[in-house]
Amino acid sequence: MEIAHDVVVAFSKSWGLFYLVGFSLCVVAYAYWPGNRKAFTRAKMSVLDTDDRPLGDRPLGPEA
Amino acid sequence: MVRLVSGMTVTERQIALVVLLALSLIGLAMAAGGRGDPMGAQGFVVLVFSVGLAFAVMAGYYAPEPDESRLTRYYDDPTKVGIVLTVIWAVVGMAVGVWVASLLAWPELTFVDQAWASFGRLRPVHTSGVIFGFGGNALIATSFHVLQRTSRARLPDQFTPWFVLIGYNLFCIVAASGYLMGITQSKEYAEPEWYADIWLVIVWVVYFLLYLRTLARRKEPHIYVANWYYMAFILVVAVLHIVNNLAVPVSWGHAKSYSLFSGVQDAMTEWWYGHNAVAFFLTSGFLGMMYYYLPKRAGRPIFSYRLSIISFWGITFFYMWAGSHHLHYTALPQWVQTLGMSFSIMLLVPSWASAGNALATLNGAWHKVRDDAVLRFMMVAAVFYGLSTFEGSFMAIRPVNSLSHYTDWTVGHVHAGALGWVAMITFGSLYALVPWMWKRETMYSPKLIEVHFWLALAGTIVYVFAMWNSGIIQGLMWRTYNDGGTLAYSFLDSVEAMHPYYIARAFGGLLFLSGAVVCASNVWLTIRAAQRERRGETGTDVPIVAGAMQAGE
Ligand code: HEM
Ligand code: HEM
Repeated sequence: MEIAHDVVVAFSKSWGLFYLVGFSLCVVAYAYWPGNRKAFTRAKMSVLDTDDRPLGDRPLGPEA
Repeated sequence: MVRLVSGMTVTERQIALVVLLALSLIGLAMAAGGRGDPMGAQGFVVLVFSVGLAFAVMAGYYAPEPDESRLTRYYDDPTKVGIVLTVIWAVVGMAVGVWVASLLAWPELTFVDQAWASFGRLRPVHTSGVIFGFGGNALIATSFHVLQRTSRARLPDQFTPWFVLIGYNLFCIVAASGYLMGITQSKEYAEPEWYADIWLVIVWVVYFLLYLRTLARRKEPHIYVANWYYMAFILVVAVLHIVNNLAVPVSWGHAKSYSLFSGVQDAMTEWWYGHNAVAFFLTSGFLGMMYYYLPKRAGRPIFSYRLSIISFWGITFFYMWAGSHHLHYTALPQWVQTLGMSFSIMLLVPSWASAGNALATLNGAWHKVRDDAVLRFMMVAAVFYGLSTFEGSFMAIRPVNSLSHYTDWTVGHVHAGALGWVAMITFGSLYALVPWMWKRETMYSPKLIEVHFWLALAGTIVYVFAMWNSGIIQGLMWRTYNDGGTLAYSFLDSVEAMHPYYIARAFGGLLFLSGAVVCASNVWLTIRAAQRERRGETGTDVPIVAGAMQAGE
C-alpha cells in the first residue's frame, strides 16, 4: 500500500503538470486554429436566427 | 393531460404504459418486501406515482395520433411541463428554505412534536428541493429547448424526453419523502438511498443517450457551445453519482445501505462528488443556459466564442481536482489539500472568463439592461457568478478556510452562488422562454417581472450580507483567546451572537421566496392567457381532444 501511494504521488506531481500544460495548449490551438474561425463565427451568429423550425430531411408536412 | 398524451404515437403510448406497469410492480415489490421498514412506504410512493400516471396515459390513449407534420416542428411539450415543474419546485424548495431558516432563528418553532418536522429532516428537503427539484428541472427543460434549436433538429422521439423528465421527478419525490421518514445515506447532496440512486442512473443514462441521439440528427455542422456545457453536466453528474453512491444494501427489503468507502477515502470521494456537483450541476449546465438565453435575449452574439470554448475546458478540467478544499486540516494528506487549493485558485481564470464574456456581450446594450428586467436578471446572475467564484477561490486558501470553515460564511457563499447566480439565471431564462413556448408576445405582466427582480435582488443581498457578518463573527469568536490562553467565548456565546443575523436571513429568504411566488403567478397567468386565446381562435369551447392538432407545438 505504501509503495502504491508513493508511486501515485510521484506520478501526479511530475506527469500531472505536463499533461495539464499539454492539454491547455491543445485547447488554445483548437480555439485559435484559423480553419475553425468560420465555423465559430457561424455558430455564434446562428443562435440569433429567428426561424423556429427544424431543418427537415424528410418529406415536409402540409404547413412547411 | 390528454393533449400531452396525444402528442405521442400509439406505439409510444403503449411503451409508456408498459414502463409504468413495470414501475408499479417495482413499487409493489418494494411495498411488500419492505414491510416494517421505511422502504415499504417508499414503495407506496412509487406505486401511487406510476398508477396515477398510467391512468393519465390511458385517458388519452384513444386520442388521435399526431400526424407527420409534427416532424416539421420542435417537440416542446416536455419543456413546457418541465417549466411548470421548475416553478413548483422553486416555491416548495424555497418555502422549506424559509422554514429551516426560521427554525434556526426561532428553534421553538418546531411546532409539531414530530420527527419529520425537525431541522435535520427538513434541511435536505430544502437542499434537494432547490438543487435537484428546481435546478434540475430547469436544466432538463431548457436543455431540450436549446438542444433542438442549436441543432436544428427535433428530438428523436416523443417518449424518451418524457421518461427523462418524469423519471427524474419521481427520483426527486422519492428522495424528499424519504428524508421526511428519516431515510438518508448521510452524504450531503447524495442523501437518497441505493434504490433511488439506481433509478437515477437509469434516467440519467437515457438522458445522455437522448442528447447524443438528437445531436446525431443535427443539421448544424458545429455543436454550439451551450450544448457542450449541458453535456458536461449530464456526463459528469453520471460519473460522480455512480462512484460516490457505490454501496451495499443491508438486504433487498431494507432502505439502508453501507458505502463501499470508509474513513478518509469516503470523505474524499464525497467531496470530490460534492464539489463537482457544484461545478457540473450548479455551474456547467447553468452556463449552458447563459450562453444561449443571454445572447438571444440581448439580440447580440456572445462577445467571444473562442473564450467560451477555452473557459469550457478550463472549468471541466480544473474543477475535477478542486474537491479537496472541502477537507482542509483533516486526515487527508497535506499534498492533496494543497492540490485542491491550487486548482481552486486557478479556477478563477476560466470562471471570470465566463462572467466577463457575459458582461462584455451586454456591453453596448446597457440601455436594454436598464429597460428589460429579464436581461437584468441575467446580468445580475453573471455578476454574482463572478463574485461567488472569486469568494470560493479565496475561501479555498487553507489559512482563509481555517476562518471560514464550519461557519455561516460558507452558507453565505453557497447562497451568493445559489440565489445570485443559479436562481437569477434560471428566472431570467424562464422569463425569456415562457412566451416563446406558449406563443405569446411577452409574459402576462412585465410589471410583475420587475417586482420579482427587485424582490430577488434585495433578498439575495440581505441573505448574503447577514451570513457574511455572522460567519466572520463566528469564526473570530472561535479563535479569540484571553490573557490566560483559553478561549474567550464559549460555543453558546457564538450561537447567541448569531440570533439577529438568523432573523435577517429568514427575512431575506422570505423576500426571495415572495419573488418566486410572483414568478409562479406570472407564469400561470401567461399560460392561462395562451389557453384562452387558443380556445377563442377555434371559436367555441371545444373539447380538449381537439387540441391534438397543436400537440406537436
Ligand atoms: C428562499 C430562499 C432560501 C432560503 C431562505 C434558504 C435557507 C437555507 C438555510 C436556512 C440553510 C441551512 C443553513 C445551515 O444549516 O446553517 C440552507 C442551506 C442550503 N441551501 Fe438554501 N435557502 C434558500 C434558497 C436556496 C436556493 C435557491 C438554493 C440552490 C439553488 C439553495 C441551496 C442551499 C444549499 C446547497 C445549502 C447547504 C449549504 C451548506 O451545507 O453549506 N438555497 N438554505
Ligand atoms: C471558482 C469557483 C468556486 C470555488 C473555488 C469554490 C470554493 C468553495 C470553498 C472553498 C468552499 C468551502 C468549503 C468548506 O470550507 O467546507 C465552498 C463551499 C461551497 N460552495 Fe463553492 N466555490 C466556487 C463556486 C461556487 C458556486 C458558483 C457555487 C454555487 C452555485 C458554489 C457552491 C458551494 C456550496 C453549495 C458549498 C457548500 C458545501 C457544503 O455543503 O459544505 N460554489 N466552495
